[in-house]
Amino acid sequence: MDSATSVARLVPDELEAPPLSLRELVWRRFRRHKMAIFGLVMLVALLAYAFVPSFFISEDYANHTDTSLRLHAPSADHPFGTDTVGRDILARTIYGGQISIIIGLTAAILEVLAGVLIGAMAGYYGGLLDSLLMRFTEAMLNIPQIFLLIVMAKFFASGIPNIEFLGREYSGSVVVIVLIIGLTSWPYLARIVRAEFLSLKEREFVLAARATGTPTRQIIFGHILPNCIAPIVVTATLGVANAITLEAYISFLGMGVRAPTATWGNMLENANNYIESAAWLWFFPGLLIVLTVLSINFLGDGLRDALDPRSRTL
Amino acid sequence: MQAIPLIFILSIVLFVLMQNIGDPLATLGGRTVTRAEDRKRLARQLGLDQPVLVQYVYWLAGNDWTKIDMNGDGIPETPGTRKGVLRGDFGTSLTERRPALDVIGDRLPNTLLLMLMAEFVIVAGSLLLGIYSALRQYSFFDNLVTGISFVGYSLPIFFVALVSVYIFSVNFQRWGLPHLPPNGMFDPNVGETVGQVLVHLILPVFSIAFISFAAYSRYIRSTMLEVLSQDYIRTARSKGLTRRNILFVHALKNASLPIVTIVGLDLPLLLGGAVVTERIFAWPGMGRLFLDGVSRGDTPVVMGILMIIAVAVVFFQIVTDLVYAWLDPRIRYG
Repeated sequence: MDSATSVARLVPDELEAPPLSLRELVWRRFRRHKMAIFGLVMLVALLAYAFVPSFFISEDYANHTDTSLRLHAPSADHPFGTDTVGRDILARTIYGGQISIIIGLTAAILEVLAGVLIGAMAGYYGGLLDSLLMRFTEAMLNIPQIFLLIVMAKFFASGIPNIEFLGREYSGSVVVIVLIIGLTSWPYLARIVRAEFLSLKEREFVLAARATGTPTRQIIFGHILPNCIAPIVVTATLGVANAITLEAYISFLGMGVRAPTATWGNMLENANNYIESAAWLWFFPGLLIVLTVLSINFLGDGLRDALDPRSRTL
Repeated sequence: MQAIPLIFILSIVLFVLMQNIGDPLATLGGRTVTRAEDRKRLARQLGLDQPVLVQYVYWLAGNDWTKIDMNGDGIPETPGTRKGVLRGDFGTSLTERRPALDVIGDRLPNTLLLMLMAEFVIVAGSLLLGIYSALRQYSFFDNLVTGISFVGYSLPIFFVALVSVYIFSVNFQRWGLPHLPPNGMFDPNVGETVGQVLVHLILPVFSIAFISFAAYSRYIRSTMLEVLSQDYIRTARSKGLTRRNILFVHALKNASLPIVTIVGLDLPLLLGGAVVTERIFAWPGMGRLFLDGVSRGDTPVVMGILMIIAVAVVFFQIVTDLVYAWLDPRIRYG
């Protein structure tokens, strides 16, 4: 859109209003994005679904096995049916959702930490460090992530103790899954951050910062990094969806989070043996994964448009 | 090209990881428990008693330049026979006692068949969809395709696969309609005929294609839109060329440049993406071999598959560059 028409559309009080901060600008663009708002609303609903009912339903109930109730079809008592050992699927999708969402978030944080650190180092310092880090990144990208995940999941599979956290007991494999997803997801982000750093470090404001004796660490994290926040935010958002899907993939293959802890992914384990006989077993957790990933992708798409400095629409 | 030495660095990490996966010796004895002295002898003969790095060197470069200890007296006396990966010897599968490359070679055609069929369907289908929505930008059909492809992009493959099996195989059978087979590569009662394999291909190919249509057709749509607004298209139109001629000769050739890139980069990834698909549809391909290999600790097979995929990725990157230069004469690799 050219500037003449966009200026002409502004109403007078918008022209006299103080300039918008970045956050206001982004929010303005974001809320115009219908799909993104839809994604955000759906995501809030899904978060509520996973976290609010835990005040009414105990985790013991979600993990309670009763073999006399195995593979019961959905009914009034068990709206989503029961699984192979008679656990209530509704309760398990609630507690499983918490773990799945937490896995998604923490793995994405790990991905961002690793990706930003490696990308920033390679881009800022250049030279030998850059070529070493980037060759390693490329090598990681040459093997599909799922293969790396399977080998690593199997490697760490044996003898993980359960952990206590906030008064609840979790299978230690949750931590393992978060670690391996985070540690195999960063290469894309590292390449993006490196590219941003390569161009940004040549700019005048970096030269000025250096001339005034700003410490290198502050130049990297205080001056350059905030300028490439947009792709990082978008990648992090999509990274959450990606981590949830990956958790589901390796759990589906039987190498994911171990019992008793439920996740949407490990509820799908062995689902292909029950495609015919017990569709409710895989349909509900599968649907929840799809809805979560879909809404996060919508959100990420909206953020991408809203954070893009070239998009001038208000 | 620089990536190749790095694949080998990564291969050290993977090789070391593989050492702690499962116990290959436990699966060798079949159902009988292996005796301790047999275990020792087996480990020695398979070279599993060596330190990890020695095993890695033997795997990478072979051991025919040195002597190994076979009878357990601590003195190496038998000359080694392995040639190593660098000379094309991927070692012997620990569970099948055959060269790992043969074991993989048995499965590779099945995976390639599945993947190439899927890629063909993806490209053909998304070309149709992409071009059609580009020609009717913002029409109802265009918006519909956009919406569906967005959903498809977010779907995990197992969900598409499970739902499609549930509908087209289970429920069609229940309703007495002609139904598709849910898994396998052919009906054992009929045998491996072309027709059988094709029928068994439909559901897995559909599942893979459905989630990939999204990215491809969006890509084709946007490049077509870009190309169609170029001056030379207007020139072609003013020369009085037919619409079909403009679309498929002038526009499509230039619009296909970015498609070549994604196909080239995706093909090897599809090879890997087969893991989950092959598991659901019980397709006897490389992905399932990989899963079996991992669960049995069969290092030569697992490492072989990983190396083949890594090399395939590099190979396809080079092929993509060459095709690119052929399609776009402005690009020259010096």
